[in-house]
Amino acid sequence: MNQKTDFFKKAGSFLFDNKVMIAFAAICLAAILLSGSPMTFIVDGVFTRITRNTFTVLALIIPVLAGLGLNFGIVIGAIAAQIAVFCVVYWGLGGFGGMLLSVLIATPLAVLFGYLVGKLFNRMKGAEMIAGLILGYFADGLYQLLFLVIIGGVIPVDNPKLIISGGMGVKNTIDLTGNLKYAIDSVRMVDIVTVVFYVVLAVTLIKIILHLLKKYQLNKGDFIFFGIFGLLFGISYIPEIEKFLSTDRLILLDALTAVLIVLAILELIKIIKSIWINKEPLKTLVKPIVTLLVYGLIYALTFIPEIEEVLSYVKLPVLPFLLIAGLCWFNQKILSTRLGQNMRTVGQSQSVAMASGIDVDKTRVIAMIISTVLASWGQLIFLQNIGTFSTYGAHTQIAQFAIAALLVGGASVQKATNKQAIIGVILFHTLFIVAPEAGKQLFDNAQIGEYFRVFVSYGVIALSLAMHAWTQFKKEVQPPTGGADLEIPALPAVTVKQQTLK
Amino acid sequence: MKTIKEIYESIGLPRLIIGLFFICLVVVSIILGFSPAALFSDVVRRWLMYGTLVLAMVPGIQSGIGLNFGVSLGISAGLLGSVFAMEISFLRNWNEVLGAGAPWLTLLLALIFGIIMATILGTLYGLLLNRVKGSEMTVSTYVGFSVIAFMNIVWLSLAFKNGELSWPLQGQGLRNTASLSGSFGGLLSNPDVVQSTQPAWLHWLAFKIGDFTLPLGLILVFALLCFFVWLFFRSKMGIAMSGAGENQLFTTSSGIDVDRMRILGTAISTVLGAVGIILYAQTYGFLQLYNAPLMMGFASAASILIGGASVRRAKISHVLIGTLLFQGILVTALPVANEVIKIGTLPEVLRIIISNGIILYALSKTKGGNQ
Repeated sequence: MNQKTDFFKKAGSFLFDNKVMIAFAAICLAAILLSGSPMTFIVDGVFTRITRNTFTVLALIIPVLAGLGLNFGIVIGAIAAQIAVFCVVYWGLGGFGGMLLSVLIATPLAVLFGYLVGKLFNRMKGAEMIAGLILGYFADGLYQLLFLVIIGGVIPVDNPKLIISGGMGVKNTIDLTGNLKYAIDSVRMVDIVTVVFYVVLAVTLIKIILHLLKKYQLNKGDFIFFGIFGLLFGISYIPEIEKFLSTDRLILLDALTAVLIVLAILELIKIIKSIWINKEPLKTLVKPIVTLLVYGLIYALTFIPEIEEVLSYVKLPVLPFLLIAGLCWFNQKILSTRLGQNMRTVGQSQSVAMASGIDVDKTRVIAMIISTVLASWGQLIFLQNIGTFSTYGAHTQIAQFAIAALLVGGASVQKATNKQAIIGVILFHTLFIVAPEAGKQLFDNAQIGEYFRVFVSYGVIALSLAMHAWTQFKKEVQPPTGGADLEIPALPAVTVKQQTLK
Repeated sequence: MKTIKEIYESIGLPRLIIGLFFICLVVVSIILGFSPAALFSDVVRRWLMYGTLVLAMVPGIQSGIGLNFGVSLGISAGLLGSVFAMEISFLRNWNEVLGAGAPWLTLLLALIFGIIMATILGTLYGLLLNRVKGSEMTVSTYVGFSVIAFMNIVWLSLAFKNGELSWPLQGQGLRNTASLSGSFGGLLSNPDVVQSTQPAWLHWLAFKIGDFTLPLGLILVFALLCFFVWLFFRSKMGIAMSGAGENQLFTTSSGIDVDRMRILGTAISTVLGAVGIILYAQTYGFLQLYNAPLMMGFASAASILIGGASVRRAKISHVLIGTLLFQGILVTALPVANEVIKIGTLPEVLRIIISNGIILYALSKTKGGNQ
């Protein structure tokens, strides 16, 4: 009986915590059913959009962690990327080398912009979001001034493909076909494996040299690590595998199978470890075995013809997905570093952070720099995938959509995770793909569907900001005029302690 | 020297820069050979066109909710009112039945509809803003955006008979810009309209002095609105509202219901927004639906800040000065930009930079408006 109520309570709180996500999933499902679009079309579209947008959405997580809220300032990162893309296209460069050069130009610009934005936000603590939003518009104005007047007007630029006839201002759209289009998407798997192998080789060599210089102690893990990558590199020379790896797209079915196999192996290793090494009771095995069965079931599901058809229709570009996975890993890993911990403390309470000797302002600036740089890379991935660079429009909606996607995934102003970002992108863009068709079926007007999705993207942000402010306000009201007064006397006490420690 | 410094401080750096810039533009455009009378007619027209929308910022700021970016709510109410009024006037065939009185009745009906809807929406919106104290501006921005996006769906679904409003041959959905020339467009401000449609005893509403157009009707309406707002803030209730915005704790202890004052301030702001967009549309001559009002809240906020208001204090003089400077720059920049560097989009870029720059500046001055 008790267990039953407990279960209901748990289910209830799960539903409550994920209400935004569940409501949105329901809307998506309804829209999919209404639209009657073929699943191949929807899944293909969703994965294309995951490729384009996930990186930017993930760039929002670190500022949330550091208490800066939803970073509307990522527009500025996107602007840095677009300046870089313009330069590279103007110089007539392209391909992966051109993309690397864009990264090299965009990164220092984004660092500079992020630093300035961070400094500005430190002057407006508590109003970062509205400031970021307005700053985005302001930066857009300066960007337009640069691209409409200064390029061609002040800096002579002679290129009829890029400049409006008359010699002043950049054209509305710049075609990236033949230079940067698919510069990241079309990197072959075999090249990635090779590069990764050489990087690992170099790292291992450095470690060995350091070991010989007695500055680093080699351990077993280093060799196992190297061994695994060596083995993978070796396998890639087997003709069949080499043929498979020499393409740049991975069929979703293969990707899913590969992910399931890797996950299953990891789970097996866990089971083996717990039985033979840790000698844990068999009862703890229930969960891993169930997980394994679930993996098996998912794999079995792929044999259903309808699902198989969809899965083998969708082709994924490999490198963008690896980059997205890498960013997820980075967002996770930064939490366990000193910087990540500092950010968390600053995010929870600035006065506590200050009292424990953290440079609050500096931590916030670093968070902004990281976010801006990541946003600029995200914009590069976006532009190379979409293939046409709309000079004055590509960046304007970036913050809007990225933030809406993150919130749809169940994130809030104070808490955001990789999982929420990815779920959010999937749900948000599913709606984006099916809404016009659903609108057409329901109201006989595709335009209504399009406006509806815009409404949803604004509405979800409004709702989530309002809910956040509401809970914040309730917290402040309940201890009458308490909050601030309680924190201030704590400050000198701790700093005195620190001084005596010195 | 001290007096110069005092003057400088009372004007403030941003106003000084923007004011000098405006004067420069005026001088340059006169040197370039533009007719000063025509130029100033335009400045005055635009000044009055945006005036009421900027005035809508005052009650919001004074009651403590900060810059009311959610004025789009009032704007939507005003647009909805105008659309309904025009449809009714078309269905009842007022133009033939009432003649010269038809546009007046339409305008009146639009105002009544707009004000009623704005009062209801503004009160609800005020209730919401009382629950999000401290983050009103962020929330109101997105509430404003959501309302505009929602109204897009409404505009698209309305099936009206009036051919000025709806797309021809579709039966559903309204136009992006509906001409008001057959309705109340220019009734208070356009000499040609007044001369051709109104009886002689009303010709004083708008007339020409040489090249200069004087929209006396519109000036009177706007001055009346300013006077009402000014009077309101001198009444007992208005003083209580300013107190609520200034210091919540003190006001609560002196027995004023702060939350009620904030709701009232928000509602008045929303109603002024509705009246503002109707006056805007009548001056402009077109009703702009869909995404056109999306950024109007920002432009209005920027105007009052340019005039010298902060996110906590605003006066009628800030409205007058700010709107004159901001709209003046935009009006004069267009011909100058076209003549000197031949880029027609420059004023638009300028508008974005100035309006957002001044909002940012004001936010940084007050630490985001948090008390």
